[in-house]
Amino acid sequence: MAESAHSQTADAHAAGGTRRDFLVITGNALLGIGAVAAAWPLISSMNPARDVLAAGAPIDVDLSSLQPGQQILVLWRSRPIFIVHRTPAELKKLQDPQDISLLRDPDSNVLQQPPYVKNWHRSIKPEYLVLVGICTHLGCIPEFMPQPGGSLGPAWLGGYFCPCHGSRYDLSGRVFSGVPAPYNLPVPPHHFVSGTTVRIGENPTTSPFDFDSIEQI
Amino acid sequence: MAVSQNKLVQWIDHRLPVFTFLDHELNQYPTPKNLNYWWNFGSLAGVMLTIMIVTGVFLAMQYTPSVDDAFQSVERIMREVNYGWLMRYLHMNGASFFFIVTYIHIFRGLYYGSYKAPRELLWMLGVVILLLMMMTAFMGYVLPWGQMSFWGATVITNLFSAFPGIGNDIVTWLWGGFAVGNPTLNRFYALHYLLPFVIFAVVGLHLMALHQHGSNNPLGIDRKGPQDSVPFHPYYTYKDMFGLSAFLIVFAIVVFYFPNLLGNPENYIPANPMQTPPEIVPEWYLLPYYAILRAIPNKLLGVCAMFASIFVLFIVPWLDTSKVRSAYFRPIYKWVFWLLVIDAFALGAVGAHRPEGIWIVIGRVGTIYYFLHFLVLMPLIGWFERPLPLPPSIAEAVLKKRGGGALAGAAATRTKP
Repeated sequence: MAESAHSQTADAHAAGGTRRDFLVITGNALLGIGAVAAAWPLISSMNPARDVLAAGAPIDVDLSSLQPGQQILVLWRSRPIFIVHRTPAELKKLQDPQDISLLRDPDSNVLQQPPYVKNWHRSIKPEYLVLVGICTHLGCIPEFMPQPGGSLGPAWLGGYFCPCHGSRYDLSGRVFSGVPAPYNLPVPPHHFVSGTTVRIGENPTTSPFDFDSIEQI
Repeated sequence: MAVSQNKLVQWIDHRLPVFTFLDHELNQYPTPKNLNYWWNFGSLAGVMLTIMIVTGVFLAMQYTPSVDDAFQSVERIMREVNYGWLMRYLHMNGASFFFIVTYIHIFRGLYYGSYKAPRELLWMLGVVILLLMMMTAFMGYVLPWGQMSFWGATVITNLFSAFPGIGNDIVTWLWGGFAVGNPTLNRFYALHYLLPFVIFAVVGLHLMALHQHGSNNPLGIDRKGPQDSVPFHPYYTYKDMFGLSAFLIVFAIVVFYFPNLLGNPENYIPANPMQTPPEIVPEWYLLPYYAILRAIPNKLLGVCAMFASIFVLFIVPWLDTSKVRSAYFRPIYKWVFWLLVIDAFALGAVGAHRPEGIWIVIGRVGTIYYFLHFLVLMPLIGWFERPLPLPPSIAEAVLKKRGGGALAGAAATRTKP
């Protein structure tokens, strides 16, 4: 009897594996699947919860009392959003070829904004600029310093200055050359639901855009 | 001897002998060949501890320990967090199942005399683990900040006020205030996170003590040679995994179909320090002790009896005077053991009911019997009981029980010239 058992094992080896090999491999495979299945809910629980996602819903902001030259700061998806009402003089300055030559990406070629604001003023209406107020260097909030000169020296053209590492942007959020920040400030999806009410977090119905596809926030 | 042909394994093992350690404690570790399924519950308790720590760490990422936010944060875990309901139900029911397997593990030790020499410290470390588990479970139950959390915390911490002279100072110190409040919740959260890792460390010592002399076995006799044992791996690793699979099916049925079976609906009402619920009941696993507390109509003595009911377990190795370990060979102790099991269930039932009428009587009889068992019956029976004759060895008993003797016969013929 012992001999026949031995010859069976030998046959199985010749065929490429024993019943034990089969059991061990399938058993280990199931164990691996089980481990992944057990880990999945735990890892998934660390993603934004449903209330956090719901808090990312679009918000409406009334701009009727926002005067030219002013900026307000609102919160969307826990991020600071700058809304600026630019003066005609400031808009004119954005088109100055000499100023433009100092910018890293003057034509907004890097995907830092929806396609419907890829223009010289980086906005839907030229006067109203909407930006995510997070420096593309390391995440600080840049200061709104619209006046040229001042404490930043005579070369300062007016725009955003990041106090953390000195990154500079112009008044449409375009980054200057020679500063640590690599990209222009991002523009969030937005559109105007009426003349002076902007909805942040929602694209115009005709222009779908996935905000997660932008280069860097 | 090299543990592996793998060069990397050898390189590591030469510097950090983890592989030698595992080989020694699993592949070479001799285990009695006659362990029955009651020996599965130690490893099941280890698995439950792991499940509790893992789910607990992830729950802690979502929980807010503040009297204003705690209840809402638990409801948020249930409704908003991805799989939060699963983690919480696993953790909540996991506590119950941890106690189920631990209690079975303890009663197994009592039946087969696993606490007797040379395993006294192994047993005592187990009692330490039980104490730590009860503290951890109690503090965890406070965290959701429901009505039962709050009033349970109030009642249990007030136990310490029974101590004469310093009692009230102790209670104020425990609370960090003049009632159970935010400081209490915060310290309970900190300790509830800490104690499981202390348990983990004591489990390490428990295993170290276990591996010194190896597992006891259903016959309660020592291993006399290699014929009495098998290596732990693969024989008992696979038996443990089979038992674990069966156990997890039961656990999953409760978690997925009856998640609130063992809970108290009162705890889904936010804590209200202005109103005590009509009935304060601890979680089921603490009911017998609660029954002992209430059985004695004197505050201080009741508290002392409750603590004594656990501390008496520490001296069990010296209370039992019998030289025979397993109740299998002890015709009288065997029956007394089952009376203790019935007594534990009866005390549990008493703890779940208002102390009125018949429940007072059962509670008092049960409490008296509990202490009678350990302090009187255990020493006495050991003296006058006449145990059945012990088998000469595990191997012989096992083969005889199989009725065959065929293998033994075969072995005998083979040794003949």
